[in-house]
Amino acid sequence: MNPRTVRLVTVAVVLLIAVAPLYLAPFSISLMNYIGVYALVALGLVLLTGVGGMVSFGQSAFMGIAAYATAWMSAIEGLSPWLGLVLALVLTGGVAAILGAVTLRLKGHFLSLSTIAWGLAIYFMFGNIPGLGNYSGITAIPPISIGSMALETSKEIYYLIWAILLGAMLLSYNLLNSRMGRAMRALRGGNAMVESLGINAFYVRLVTFVISALLAAFAGWLYAHMNRFVSPTPFDVTMGIEFLMMAMVGGSGYLLGAIVGSALITLLKNSVQDYLPLIAPSAAGQLEIVVFSALFIIFLQYAREGIVPFVAHFLPEPKRQPPEETEPLPQRVQPEPGLMLLTAEACTQRFGGLVAVNDVSFELKSGEILGLIGPNGAGKSTMFNLLTGALPVTAGKIRFSGADITRTAQRNIARAGIARTFQHVKLRPRMSLLDNVLLGTYTRTKAGFLAGAFRLDRHEENEARYEALRQLERVGLGDKPYELAGNLPLGNQRVLEIARALAADPVLLVLDEPAAGLRRQEKLALAALLRSLKKEGLTILIVEHDMEFVMNLVDRIFVMEFGSKLCEGEPAVIRADQRVQEAYLGGVA
Amino acid sequence: MNSQIAAFLTIDGVATGAIYVLIALGFVLIFAVTRVIFVPFGDIVAFTALTLAALETKHMPGTVGLVAALAVVATLMEIFTLLRAKDPGRIPRALLFYLILPLAPAAVVWLTAGASIPLPLRIVLALALIMPISPLLDRVVFRPIADGSVLLLLTVAVALHFALVGLGLLFFGPEGVRTESLTDYQLILGSIPISGQSILIVAAAIVFSGLLFLFFEFTITGKSLHATAVNRTGARLMGIRPERAGTVAYLLGSLLAGVSGVLISPVNTIFYDSGFIIGLKAFVGAIFGGLVSFPMTALGSLLVGVLESFAAFQSSSFKEVIVFSVLIPVLLWRSYTFVDSEEDIDE
Repeated sequence: MNPRTVRLVTVAVVLLIAVAPLYLAPFSISLMNYIGVYALVALGLVLLTGVGGMVSFGQSAFMGIAAYATAWMSAIEGLSPWLGLVLALVLTGGVAAILGAVTLRLKGHFLSLSTIAWGLAIYFMFGNIPGLGNYSGITAIPPISIGSMALETSKEIYYLIWAILLGAMLLSYNLLNSRMGRAMRALRGGNAMVESLGINAFYVRLVTFVISALLAAFAGWLYAHMNRFVSPTPFDVTMGIEFLMMAMVGGSGYLLGAIVGSALITLLKNSVQDYLPLIAPSAAGQLEIVVFSALFIIFLQYAREGIVPFVAHFLPEPKRQPPEETEPLPQRVQPEPGLMLLTAEACTQRFGGLVAVNDVSFELKSGEILGLIGPNGAGKSTMFNLLTGALPVTAGKIRFSGADITRTAQRNIARAGIARTFQHVKLRPRMSLLDNVLLGTYTRTKAGFLAGAFRLDRHEENEARYEALRQLERVGLGDKPYELAGNLPLGNQRVLEIARALAADPVLLVLDEPAAGLRRQEKLALAALLRSLKKEGLTILIVEHDMEFVMNLVDRIFVMEFGSKLCEGEPAVIRADQRVQEAYLGGVA
Repeated sequence: MNSQIAAFLTIDGVATGAIYVLIALGFVLIFAVTRVIFVPFGDIVAFTALTLAALETKHMPGTVGLVAALAVVATLMEIFTLLRAKDPGRIPRALLFYLILPLAPAAVVWLTAGASIPLPLRIVLALALIMPISPLLDRVVFRPIADGSVLLLLTVAVALHFALVGLGLLFFGPEGVRTESLTDYQLILGSIPISGQSILIVAAAIVFSGLLFLFFEFTITGKSLHATAVNRTGARLMGIRPERAGTVAYLLGSLLAGVSGVLISPVNTIFYDSGFIIGLKAFVGAIFGGLVSFPMTALGSLLVGVLESFAAFQSSSFKEVIVFSVLIPVLLWRSYTFVDSEEDIDE
């Protein structure tokens, strides 16, 4: 499928949506309106849950805040629904920002549970504020007017709903394919990876959360003026679950999943309401929720991914061109070789009673390659985590290019020019090689959420993409930039991590067992790459178990054992050292 | 508010909290062993109360139909699984555990329908009827996705709760019930009356917490449950079946839920859908213990009870808002004080 076919299909679908009201019965149009409104909320959940990995049961509460805000503004205060929209967005966004600031540091299921809690609290609030009509709600909400035309019938508001939905889809699509969108997609990889790329994970989470709340706010605004009536019931946690159901059934990792899921659930619910009375006339209302929940459970048991990826599986792969050549991203000037770049002074790390790193000091000069070796459990990876800020030092001091970074946040250390790879590979297996490497360029680029959504970032984005391709080619993975990272063998995944680190244009490259899982030829190629990097002025710190690889590559070696320094020196000296031999081979009796 | 009102509210709160303690301990037990946040747990509490009330008024409790339906589905699933695994020899055993045992109490109730049964026996019957529900739900709903993430299990649990509420309305009807009180005894302490019911509730909470402690500390089944909670793979390597440990956890949890249902029904009017809010409040207590620590869970649940009691006095309509809003600072406190290894969210 080439891009032209995709464009043609898109245009056809939009046209179909545009002419639909001319041929549909009023009831079907109003069903389409509900699908559109719910799809907006589900779209927010796709971004929040499918992309960002945060499961929220509380979106209906956000929708409710917006609906009540505009109902109050227009029905009680008698002002324009457009002012109601402004109030709805400000209020919902504000509440989401506050709730997010408080709860988004929570982990996994705790976060989801907190959404149930505040979802319920907000629902009970709607029912108990006398000014908002308690549980009976607010009636006589005026319709939205555009100019002198009031959107009273379902046919009239149809165009507004679907225009907003399609606009939101387009902006979301742009966003996901931009710098911040990639950061959002990276969130599921865990904080350690995200922060090591210089990304403020909390900030990205918070903005994602607010975006999803704002989409729910648009839905709430439309809902209030479509029904001309609000009450607490439609904004209960039950409805929040239904929205989640829509996103998951459609395919929570896919933007289209929002519309597909919303359409399917709304139509299904409608037909369940039609047919259940025929099967069980007396208990239709009760059975509806039972049938629904049972279907959802069965669905999750057999198809956790959702419908869109299932269908997409049968469609031909879209053809994509590799990024075009353009001007390179600006590069930093590497420090003069031989200067003091990194010093660790008496660093200690304790985990409870265990001392993983004990009083270790060393120095690293710019332009050299230092090997850190030692038997398993010597504290090498812990040392790496201290240097890159992934773990706070218990005692000691770390300086990088003259600045004290002992207490600096991981992402700021990454920004200062230390890029790392992990002993246990941390990549996004469902993102392409190119996107994974693009994550590395995060600190060198600037485009924010708005620039990404409105495509104001194209110049910078093209540069970044070309840079990512160059780094992929450099490590020997340039032939299939759109392959998914998860499809690579483990050895190549390590190499991909190196490409990602290089895309950050670092001063110091910190590699944790880069050669593990590589074949001999690949190891030689990797060693050649590291040597050429050194020639460009890069400084490299490397942990590796393959002695042949280390001895032929590095300038100096630092040996650790049981968390302490054993010795340091040139490879030949280390090879001959009695203590090192004993540490690795056991004492000669 | 003078000190007498405060004392009264505290006692009332402790009694409510003691009920939450029982439910919260069940939550923690089930979560630790199966990783399922068993949202429908509150519904089990409500269903016990409704069952007890039906037995009291000599009606057939809806639980009979519910258990029968679940038992049939679970048995069919189990037989299908065994046939697919080419292991038909285990079918008789499956019939015993998934069909005959769960249906036995239901059969007793069905046969004795209309007879007048003394109160202690009614309680035993109600508990016996309720206990198979959660293990059967485990078999039908959670076992096929036992490898899923905590979030997937949670989402399914929430959906299951809604299915159960619908079934509850179907099987029990919309009327609220309040059962006859277990004791008329009243203790006057200073000038504050303490009802025998409150004392009974607190005593039950203490006894069952104690039993749970003894179970984990001194029985091999308890140890195997603990082992499964700490590390499923490790437990399996030691010959412990996580499925079996899960069933035991669900049975024990249901017992705790059942007891709290029996205790709460003379105090509060219970409807088919009352369970969710009760369960959620107990859950706030469980969060105090991070879903791990039993003592902290008990303490947290008591706090929730007292808070609810005072909140209801200050502003009864905002009672729920206050109690659920408290969850957020608690969760926050937990997430800062609780260092656990980072779990990558699976795709």
